[in-house]
Amino acid sequence: MIQFDHVGLRYGMGPEVLSDISFRIPPRSFQFLTGPSGAGKTTLLRLLFMSLRPTRGLISVFGRDVATISRDELPLLRRRVGVVFQDFRLLDHMTTYENVALPLRVRGKDETVYRSDVVDLLKWVGLGERMHVLPPVLSGGEKQRAAIARALIDQPELLLADEPTGNVDPPLARRLLRLFIELNRLGTAVIIATHDLSLMDQVAARRLIIDHGRLEIYE
Amino acid sequence: MNRQVLASAVTITRTIRTGRERSSPIVPRASVAGRALMIVVAIMTFLACLTLGAVSLVKATAATWQSQISDQATIQVMPVDGTDLDARLTQAARIAASFPGVSGANVVDDAATKRLLEPWLGKDLDLGQLPVPRLVVLTIDGRSPPDFASLQKRLSEQVKGASLDDHRKWVDRLVAMSRSTVVIGAIVLGLVLAATVLTVVFATRGAMAGNGDIIEVLHFVGAESLFVARQFERHFLMTAFRGALLGGLVAVLAFLAVALWSARNLATPGADQATALFGRFAIGYDGYAGVAVIIAAVSILAMMTTRVTVLSYLREIAMREAGRG
Repeated sequence: MIQFDHVGLRYGMGPEVLSDISFRIPPRSFQFLTGPSGAGKTTLLRLLFMSLRPTRGLISVFGRDVATISRDELPLLRRRVGVVFQDFRLLDHMTTYENVALPLRVRGKDETVYRSDVVDLLKWVGLGERMHVLPPVLSGGEKQRAAIARALIDQPELLLADEPTGNVDPPLARRLLRLFIELNRLGTAVIIATHDLSLMDQVAARRLIIDHGRLEIYE
Repeated sequence: MNRQVLASAVTITRTIRTGRERSSPIVPRASVAGRALMIVVAIMTFLACLTLGAVSLVKATAATWQSQISDQATIQVMPVDGTDLDARLTQAARIAASFPGVSGANVVDDAATKRLLEPWLGKDLDLGQLPVPRLVVLTIDGRSPPDFASLQKRLSEQVKGASLDDHRKWVDRLVAMSRSTVVIGAIVLGLVLAATVLTVVFATRGAMAGNGDIIEVLHFVGAESLFVARQFERHFLMTAFRGALLGGLVAVLAFLAVALWSARNLATPGADQATALFGRFAIGYDGYAGVAVIIAAVSILAMMTTRVTVLSYLREIAMREAGRG
């Protein structure tokens, strides 16, 4: 599904922030991406999401070399990936429901087709009562769940989550993790970037550990 | 925060009332410099409509003058000592009338000549005391005018002191003036539209910079560039349309007000002068159609400008990101 071969990345003329990274993300796999702050986790996620291009090496996403993907093809590939941002990136002028439904609206789907799916998912993540409020009045945990619901709504083939449990209490973190596991069981490959050791200890999953721009993999 | 709570309450109330929620615009209306842009577009449209009105007024007046002048020609007969001026006038009129294309030749008699000169030489003018040239006014068939060169030749051969003025010089000047007015009007119109396009470009880029987070999220959820462009286009089309409509309506009101003023002051010397120069201060149906065309053109131009600006801005972002990696 995703293949990195000797990938390196530097910003401008600075030092390499990622060096010689090679790994594979098989379909339906589940893995954690971890490492100290500033090690390059978010940068690696951005490479996976094709919002950055490597300065060297080869990245293949869904069988396509990212260096040869045109601007017009990018949205279609991105639709196969769901992303949960550390800072949520919810649109403050749209309700929770509208934020979660945004990927479907962008794909030109009619609201009558997706309305019940969005409502069901919002209820599932515990936001059934908050679907018509604007994000500024949601708590950190509620925003987190809304961001996760938005990433999941179109059943992506790959889910990238950057610290998805960073703003929630342990019981909710466990519930969200169960959600990710369930999603993985249904066929989505999942990559969760996290610092949270207790979260990682709950699942026997592959760990990609990044430190000083280099990657080590623990199966 | 209180405002946000209020906004949420409004959304919920709206949902309860309608039973179904209306989708919020993806780009919030308040984030686009709406009112200022609308006023600028209104002013630009007003100026464009005024230019169009002025050009059409001058063109119509010049056409009227031209047709009036080209329907007539004048034979001027100078007094020459020892000759009978009246006999020469009659002869000149007879020669002219015999030419095909001349439908009438009238000698301006003493009384009419006195009336013509009265403003300059006073009431008690004795034409015999002054070497005043006399005129024969020819009425010309506009569809098949006479051969003015032959007529001029015959008159100078057979009538002493006679010369023909076919008004060609004046017609040529009017045509030149009318054409220059149209060219100047087109340049002004072009400049006004160019200024409108540039204003929309600045406003679009400002709105895009202000909504960078929204654009980024749209990209992350797989929006194509055209989808993003449409979200902005809709705002700018409506803003520009409202501005253009306002400017066009004010221009139409200005035309109507001037026409009303002109009609109410028909008998006054000022209005007489203005009417003599410009004809009736009235814009015809084509003028109003022109205003409608300008309103539509400004709105469509704004929409297209927004699309091109958004797409080029998105291309810039993509290139910047590719360059960063």
